[in-house]
Amino acid sequence: MIKKTLFHIDTLYRQPISVEGYCFGKGDPSACVVGSMRGNEIQQLYTASQIIRTLSQLEGLNLIKHGKSIMVVPCVNQFSINVKKRFWATDNTDINRMFPGYDLGETTQRIADSLFQQIQDYQYGFHLASFYLPGDFLPHIRMMDTGYQDEALASCFDMPYVILRKPQPFDTTTLNYNWQVFGTDAFSVYTKETDEIDVESARSAVHTIIDFLCRRDILNAPVKEHEPAVLIHEEALQTVHAPCGGMFIQRCTMGAMMQKGDLMAEILDPFTGGISALIKAPEAGRLFFAHKAQLISEHDIAFRLIPEERA
Amino acid sequence: MEQIIASVALPVGEALQIKKNRISGGSGSKRLCVVTGTHGDELEGQYVCWKLTRMLHDNLDSLNGTVEIYPALNPLGINTIVRGMPLCDLDMNRMFPGSMDGSMPEYVTALITQDLLGADVCIDIHASNIFLREIPQVRISEEMAHDLLPLAHMLNMDFIWLHSAATVLQSTLAHTLNTSGVRTLVVEMGVGMRITQDYGDRLVDGILSLMHSLGMWTKAVAPVAPPIISSDGSVAFINANTCGVFLPCAEHTQRVRKGELLGTIVDPLSGDIKEEILSPRAGLLFTLRAYPVVYAGSLIARILGGNL
Repeated sequence: MIKKTLFHIDTLYRQPISVEGYCFGKGDPSACVVGSMRGNEIQQLYTASQIIRTLSQLEGLNLIKHGKSIMVVPCVNQFSINVKKRFWATDNTDINRMFPGYDLGETTQRIADSLFQQIQDYQYGFHLASFYLPGDFLPHIRMMDTGYQDEALASCFDMPYVILRKPQPFDTTTLNYNWQVFGTDAFSVYTKETDEIDVESARSAVHTIIDFLCRRDILNAPVKEHEPAVLIHEEALQTVHAPCGGMFIQRCTMGAMMQKGDLMAEILDPFTGGISALIKAPEAGRLFFAHKAQLISEHDIAFRLIPEERA
Repeated sequence: MEQIIASVALPVGEALQIKKNRISGGSGSKRLCVVTGTHGDELEGQYVCWKLTRMLHDNLDSLNGTVEIYPALNPLGINTIVRGMPLCDLDMNRMFPGSMDGSMPEYVTALITQDLLGADVCIDIHASNIFLREIPQVRISEEMAHDLLPLAHMLNMDFIWLHSAATVLQSTLAHTLNTSGVRTLVVEMGVGMRITQDYGDRLVDGILSLMHSLGMWTKAVAPVAPPIISSDGSVAFINANTCGVFLPCAEHTQRVRKGELLGTIVDPLSGDIKEEILSPRAGLLFTLRAYPVVYAGSLIARILGGNL
């Protein structure tokens, strides 16, 4: 393993921020993993660190294929992590809304550019991403439907689901989108948590990426046969909204197969404790996303289900 | 008449409500909307809404049509001094047109869009953020220039900036409305978290002038000064190349010479001057850094060159 300083950012009254890449193998830029870009992405930082640990072991066993190189960038934004700010701590901008970046632009545009210059030539790109709403997911992979995506690669993932997202205008400035349009096969990897470490789903993400690298001839480790991931268009997910505001008491478990009418949650009146509303499954399906905060507003997304025929 | 255009229950004993004031007069059918408060740290539009509302109420017999005033598209942001929407930390002006099937913020955004559709003209008032001070200006994407320039001339602003279209701007309120048949002008002026009454007074005069040209205002209006019109090519951006504290020495709204010192970036600990900021061209200093702490990349100034 070689630790390489990709770039650094000078700060006022704090130490310079170094963004490091951990490089394995020698040869073609084959795979790159980017971990935490937001200050609350603790799970993503943890997952990236475990990938580095695993790749170090595999490299020690000489299992990285000749002529292939892998780089992991565990953290781009310790400037914000260390002060518990989600976005860039001085101007609250989001690095993951600044790609491909601009070397003469604002601070986070320059950071995005500095990073992208170093990672844009890789064949496969993995972003350990977080969602913009507070909630738990079934671990899954996301691909952008840019027209450049290779949907056949979904079958290489040892995860049950790959979600294909049709990009909205604001998606066009994310790392995933820009990686894709600049020629990298890009994937966002979602685990269960963001602000807290969930060891099990992090382990699942590490396994999925390592397994993928084996299947794509970048690592030499043996792989087990697995069911190919199911590719689901995001718009096919069934969204369940909260009918009112209140305290949110979840009554179903992540990944459970729900039948139409099954109880999913209670919303309690925060003053009296009485039940303001029951949320029931509108159709049969597998629980894919659940609102996590204890309080919920009317029309918040409480749950998302994978329809039964795709589950 | 005050109306609630969106209402969703918050978790504990309160609803998030977006309100507008609908003021009608005469028999005219034209409808003008004035919106602001999309970013919770931009307050320049508050004064404009207040003054325009009073002006219309006091002169109802001069009104021939309907004016709808939306002072706070993001009321939770204004209340908490937060630029984005506090419950999701997203920039509301990157969420339009919203989604009836999306999350609560997307749903509220969709309700706002629905309510504004059908208007003849919309004026979307922004201040700058807390970091920059701007002269009064109208920003128009080049693709909409043909439809919007004649209206922008009326608004009594110093400058009309024709900018190139960026994909990400497709999620703004202005793009959403302009592509849905509502001619929408984006006004930028002043600085975040402050009110510059002089700029507000000028914009109110401009709005009345625009209404007059649309046949919505029968009273005589003050003459408006012709604005400078410019495209991206005439605007120079000046960004910091180091971190420190910026001390300006040029005055905002002044004309500067090529090579003139605009300010310095200093290190209060060492006493060093880390960078001298020089103007790359002659022109009008129309944007100037207002918040002193800077990092490499922080925007310091914009200069409008060319024949002014």
